[in-house]
This record gives sequence, structure tokens and C-alpha cells, in this order.
Amino acid sequence: MREGKITDLVVERPQGLYCPAGDFYIDPWHPVARAVITHAHADHARSGHAHYLAASDARHLLRARLGDVDLQTIAYGERLRIGDATVSLHPAGHVLGSAQVRIEHGGRVWVVAGDYKLDADRTCASFEPMGCDVFVTESTFGLPIYRWRPPGEVFAAIDSWWSGNAAAGRTSVLFCYALGKAQRILTGVDTSIGPIVAHGALESLNDAYRATGVTLPETLRVTGIADKTTLRAALVLAPPSAIGSPWLKRFGDYSDAFASGWMQVRGARRRRALDRGFVLSDHADWPGLSQAIEATGAARAIVTHGYVAVMVRWLRERGLQADAFETEFGDEPEEVPAPP
Amino acid sequence: MKRFSQLFIELDTSTSTNAKVDALVRYFAAAPAEDAAWAVYFLAGGKPRQTVGSRALREFALAGSGLPPWLFEESYQAVGDLAETIALILPPAAHESDAGLAEWIMQRLLPLRGQAPAQVLEKLHQYANELDAAGCFLLIKLIGGGFRVGVSRLLVTRALALHAGVDPKVIAQRLIGYTDLAARPDASSWQALVAPLGCAAGAQVNDGTPYPFFLAFQLAATLDEFAAVLGPVRDWHVEWKYDGIRAQIVKRHGRVWLWSRGEELISERFPEIVAGAATLPDGVALDGEVLVWDPDAENPAPFARLQTRITRKNITPKLQSQHPVVFVAYDLLEVNGVDCRQEPQRARRANLEALLTGHRSPFTGHALRMSPLVRAPDWTALADERAHSRARGVEGLMLKHVDARYGFGRSKETGAWWKWKIDPMTVDAVLVYAQRGHGRRASLYTDYTFAVWDRAPRAATEAQAVRDAIAAGAAGAMRDLPQLVPFAKAYSGLTDAEIRQVDATIRKTTVEQFGPVRGVVPELVFELGFEGIQRSPRHKSGIAVRFPRILRWRHDKPLHEADTLAALEVLLSSSG
Repeated sequence: MREGKITDLVVERPQGLYCPAGDFYIDPWHPVARAVITHAHADHARSGHAHYLAASDARHLLRARLGDVDLQTIAYGERLRIGDATVSLHPAGHVLGSAQVRIEHGGRVWVVAGDYKLDADRTCASFEPMGCDVFVTESTFGLPIYRWRPPGEVFAAIDSWWSGNAAAGRTSVLFCYALGKAQRILTGVDTSIGPIVAHGALESLNDAYRATGVTLPETLRVTGIADKTTLRAALVLAPPSAIGSPWLKRFGDYSDAFASGWMQVRGARRRRALDRGFVLSDHADWPGLSQAIEATGAARAIVTHGYVAVMVRWLRERGLQADAFETEFGDEPEEVPAPP
Repeated sequence: MKRFSQLFIELDTSTSTNAKVDALVRYFAAAPAEDAAWAVYFLAGGKPRQTVGSRALREFALAGSGLPPWLFEESYQAVGDLAETIALILPPAAHESDAGLAEWIMQRLLPLRGQAPAQVLEKLHQYANELDAAGCFLLIKLIGGGFRVGVSRLLVTRALALHAGVDPKVIAQRLIGYTDLAARPDASSWQALVAPLGCAAGAQVNDGTPYPFFLAFQLAATLDEFAAVLGPVRDWHVEWKYDGIRAQIVKRHGRVWLWSRGEELISERFPEIVAGAATLPDGVALDGEVLVWDPDAENPAPFARLQTRITRKNITPKLQSQHPVVFVAYDLLEVNGVDCRQEPQRARRANLEALLTGHRSPFTGHALRMSPLVRAPDWTALADERAHSRARGVEGLMLKHVDARYGFGRSKETGAWWKWKIDPMTVDAVLVYAQRGHGRRASLYTDYTFAVWDRAPRAATEAQAVRDAIAAGAAGAMRDLPQLVPFAKAYSGLTDAEIRQVDATIRKTTVEQFGPVRGVVPELVFELGFEGIQRSPRHKSGIAVRFPRILRWRHDKPLHEADTLAALEVLLSSSG
């Protein structure tokens, strides 16, 4: 698949996924002249490109992550001519500002979905199924063991863990990825249970969400809390990198948990040695992947990252023409953190 | 089942011992007696015979999920547990069952055994359709005989004691035999378990029950600390530490029972011991070791020969004469029907000697014998004796204080038993194959196969040439080069951080894959330790090692300095 067919709208190059007709890259991993960015996670939005194009909703997040780069943003659905290609961005439902890249050229349509999910999420626009000839899909959770419960159920479980801890005077420390997952949890939990404390690594991203117009509940910084007893009923959101760090010492006898799709498997939960694992993902589960791919009506699919071999074989058995792109995606967002 | 499933989740997700005991006590207080009876059975390690084989379970999973077999296998590889995989891929339940644990086991699961495959399949579909994923996971664990949760028998004993308000030692005594293969606990078993002291329901139903075994601690001190830590050697009874099956002979009412440390009744496997003990007086319990010991041989046979006795279903006269067993007695727990565990070691030992000396039977000379005391004037002299352990076919020494009571489990309250084992044999070996682990280590490569050279490489360059040939997939073309011969598998011994490092290297250096096994470029050298070594025609290397484990990662050892088959031969000839 490395070279691709001459008529392919997206091919694999050492720098990243490349569109010859428009002379641009999508989420490239090496510096290029023109990059279209699907979302602000670090494995997709890397620094060093000369020019960036992204969805308007991603503006504040990209600024927070990349600083003052040459960034152009367009609204979802707005069509833009780049070289010989017509490009538009459409909601992917993954995190705030996440976009599928639709490319039209010579009567053919390709959609590069980036990361996506179908579940409801109050912090970003919902995934929009796009008809296309070729669909480039992720496969982070591309095994049938990954099937998510409705988000409402997961938030109820988090609430019940949190209120149980609060009643026992124990801080609830919930580890979650800082961009997307944290904000989704903020809008999903019952804020009447107690105060919410956000780790510093989350707060700049929360600010970007708020600046974009997403309403998040009030979050406290741990350093700003004068009365330490407040912490006993608090829910503390922290990135996985904080697991085992001295930052946690201040919470004394706390209960800890991790919110991630990987928590679906008992071994992954137990390896963390945390009290609880909540299965909450910003990626499509197995039925979601199938549903999304099917909804495009595409006869051909290209799988970028995750359980690539499994997904390719599965799609081929279902009569699709399926291949893989070798990418450098998937290094960060839902990666299971190393145990302390 | 719902209540038990909730308990399982609480036990499984908690890392605190107190929280686990709390959860157990809450469950015991709330569950109906017949359900609690089964819960204790499973939590204390009871396993009924597998009712449905794993092959049938796989078929059920494929039919229920509609997945192709390869996709099921991929899923299983990622999960690392069959029951969990099945629970995760089956469609959600249509409705949820209110049936309790006892009903599930007695009315549904146990009757599955021996039914026609089609009927089993249909029943499984019906049952799985009544349970959520957690319940389904448990169901399959219970069906497949693979139920395990992170609570020890001791912890269950503690929780039962708290719930019943009865001394844990009494509970431990009552629990013996509770988890027998054939046991079918019910409400009355539960009541007998938790009955207050002195109540008729608490009386032992099975009068062949043994006592809880007293377990030894590993001695961590070095020889020069012995005098300070242990006191003078004359205060200790010292015996050889045998590598057999720890067992208890109980003789009451004219009958003999032989129990293993797992509290499994093993009388039928060792008829010569039962016959040898038949002439013991009634009301006697002996603690000791079952060993294969050839008549007139000075030392016991290696464990591997005992293994053949354990694994065979039919104990034929031929098997008995090929691998004759003995019971080496080292303690007396009951005499004249009276529990004498509170007597000091020296008194129990004297009574045991008197009992066995006075005991006359055609078998006495062979099937039942006394564990001799090892005598030495001081610890250093004792260390010299210990140095001969391997040649004697034993694992080292056991130290028992002359005043120690016979405790239960691994407790130090009444005086400790120490095991002073010999250091393991070691070799430096090369990691050649890897497989993913299970459970906590699922999806990480943690199960390794190790190899040694068939001859020492002449120089670093020769080992490098072998490495390069394997990396290039041209292992067949190395005719004149030394070969790496696999000889042992080992799972444990690395830290989590090291496992991650090794896992990453394995993924990067994989040269071939057969099923779940990866062949890797030989680069990593580890020091392996093991307790015994034997010739084995079943192994490619011609050698089998006992209890192999990783002692450390030898970052400092270059590939060509890994050990050779000749080094294993030396160990082989030095060990009895």
C-alpha cells in the first residue's frame, strides 16, 4: 500500500498521509508545507508544519497545544479548493473540533476520518456519516470484545463511586486523558456530589474548551484550596501521567480510578492496581466501527491504526476492498499508561 | 447469582485486605444459607469437576456471537482469558435471572455434565441470555472449573470467623474437606460452618477430617546471623526438607484417610500408605511427606517419579512396584483421639517416635517411616550437612523449635517452622521464544522459552553470526555454527518495568510467529534458577528442570557467554 495507485486521492508517504491532487498532508508526523489536522491530540497535531488547516472548533485547542502557528480554520461543511481537490471538514465526534477530512477530485470522494466515535458527547459536535468511495478509518478498538455501555450508565457508575467515597470522607481521584475525556467527564458527572478539582495539565485545555463556547462546570486548582477538608468530598481529575506521582500525596487516603476504553479488559484493569476502571472511550467501539464504515457506502476502506490486521481481514470477509496505511497514530490518546 | 457476582466484583476490584473481608462479611450476612454455602466452597478454592470442556465453550461462543473462529482467537489473545472473552463477545442478555447461586449450580450447571453436546449448547445459550457480562463471565468460570479470585483461604476463614463469632482456628478445622471435589454444600453445611461453639450443628460431619497444615517460612537470615536470630542449634529439631507431597494420615474408627495439603483426599492414589497405616491405633493423625522411595535405596527418588503416580488414574500393581511410595512422618497431631497440637515440638516428636516404634505391621519398614533428625554441634556444621542436600535428594533443611506448638497455616503465633533451602542451580540462558501472559499480564509477552548453546561459541563473532542468521530468517543455513537448544520455560522473576522492556524488545525482534508464540532474535540473556534437573526424553534438550524461574536479567552477559548443554550435564551429574 506504500505507493498507492495513481488514481488514489490519499497515499502513504514517509512524512504522512498525502493527497497528491491537493498537495497537502493529513495529520503528518514529519514537518511539511501544508497540513490538514483532524484533531488536537498530540499524535495527530504535531508541531513544525509551515501551514495548518483545521476545523474552527479546534482553533483554541490547537493554539493551546501548538502555540502561534500559521493556522487557518474553516467551519464544518465549508468547501475549500486546495490545488485540484475540494476539501471540507465534517464532525468526527471524537473531541472538540475533531474532523473527518472529505476530499473530492475527478468525480471521486475520499473521507479520512481521523479518530472518531458515535456515542453522544456534550463537548463536541456529533459524528456525521459521509457518503464516499473510499473511507480511511481508525481501528483503535477494532476487536469485538470492545462494546461500550451507554455513556449515561458509565457516568452513573462514576457518580456512585464518587458519592460513596465522599460519604466515607475519601477523595476520588479519576485518571483520564487530558484532552477530550476530562471535559466529557466534567459535563457527564453529577456536580451536586461535591467540588471538582482539575490537575494543572487539564486546566489549560479546559480553558480552551470554555473559550470555544463549551460550558464546563466550575473546576478548582488544588493549590487554590485553603480549606483542605473540601478535598474529602472532591472528584479530582488528573492525567494518567500523574499515576504514582508525589502530586497525589496531598489527598491522603484516596480512592483511584481510570476512565478509558482499555478498562474493558480485566487484565488491563488489574495491571493498573487502581481501585476502579470505568470503560469510557472517545473512540468508536467494534459495532460503532462497523456501523460507521457501512454508513459511508464505501466499497473500499483503508485502516490506519489500532487492530489494523483484524479490521482489514474482517472487512475483506465482508466483501469490501480493504487495505492498511502504516501510520504513526495511536501513540498517545488512549494508550494505557504504564503502571507506577 | 447477582449477589455473588456483585461480591466477585468487589473482591476483584479491591486491593485492600480489610475491604475484602468487609465485602465477604456483608455477603455472608445477606445471602441465603444455600447460596452462602456454595460461595464459601468456590472462594475457599473448591472446584467441582469441569462440567463443559473448553472446546465446547468455544463452540458455544462462536455460535452465540456469530464471529468467525479467527476473530474469536484474536479476541482471546487480547483478553487472555477464555471466560472473559466469551462474556465480552456474547450479545447482551435479554432478561436477567433472579436465581441464586445454589440454584444456578445445582439445577443448572452440574446437570450439564455428560449431556449431549447439542443439549449443552442450547442450555448455555439460555443461561447466558439471563446474565449480564459480569454474571456471564462467572458462569463460564464456574462451568469450566477455572474460577479464581484474589482471596486466600485464610481470608475466607477470617471473614467466616467474624461473621460467626467463632475462633478462626475452629473455622479452619471445619473448612477442611469442605472443598472436596465431590462436595455438594447446602444450607446445613453452611450452618455447620458458622454454628456457634458447642452447638450440635457445628460437630464434624466427616470424622476423617485432618487438621489444618502448619506451613513453614523461608529463612532469610545469613549463616552468621543464625545464632542471633535463632539462638543455639540445640534448641532446634532439624530435619531434611523433602520434595514430595505434604500429607496427613488420619486413622479413626478403624479407617484411614490420606489428605494432601490442598485438603484433597488422596487415599486412593496411595494404597500402600493406607495399608501401612491400617495397623496404627485409632485416634491418630500424622503429618508428613509422601515420596517415591525405592526399597533399599538410601535416598528418595526425584519428584518427577511421584508425578507419574499423581497423574495416572489407574493405580496398577505394576505402577506401584515401579514407583513405590512411602510416608515419611514428622509430626503427631492427634493421639488417643486427643488433639495434641498444643504440646511442644519435643513432646510431639517423642510421642511420634514411641508410636511408630511400637507400631508393628508388615509394611512398617517400608511404607511408614520416621523423618530422621539431622544433628550437628553448631550452625556451621549444620550448613555443611545442608551442602549435601542435593546428593541426598532433598531440598535443604527444616528447622523446628523444640518448644514450638503446631500452628495452622502460615502463622508465627505459636512458634515458627523455617525452611532453609539450598540455593537453586543456575545457568545463563538465552530468550528464544515468547508468548503472551494471562490474567494480569494478558497482552504482554511474559512467558518465555530459554535456550543454551549446544556447544560454546568460539568467539563473540560466532554467536553474532547465529544471531544474524536467525534475524535474517536463515536459521537453516547455519550448519557449522553452534545451535541454541531450548530447555526451559519460565514466567516469573522480572519486575513490571523489566517485563515492559522485554515485551518491547520481543515485539521489535520477532522473526517468526506460530499461533500465539513468537520466535525472536536471540539477544537477551537471563540467569535462570531451578530446583532440580533430570534427563527427559520428552524434551528436545534431553533435560527437564524443576521450578525454573528468572533470577535476573544479565545485561552484562554477551550472547556468546550464555551457558551450554555441557553446563547442564555437569549439574545433572552433581545432583544425586
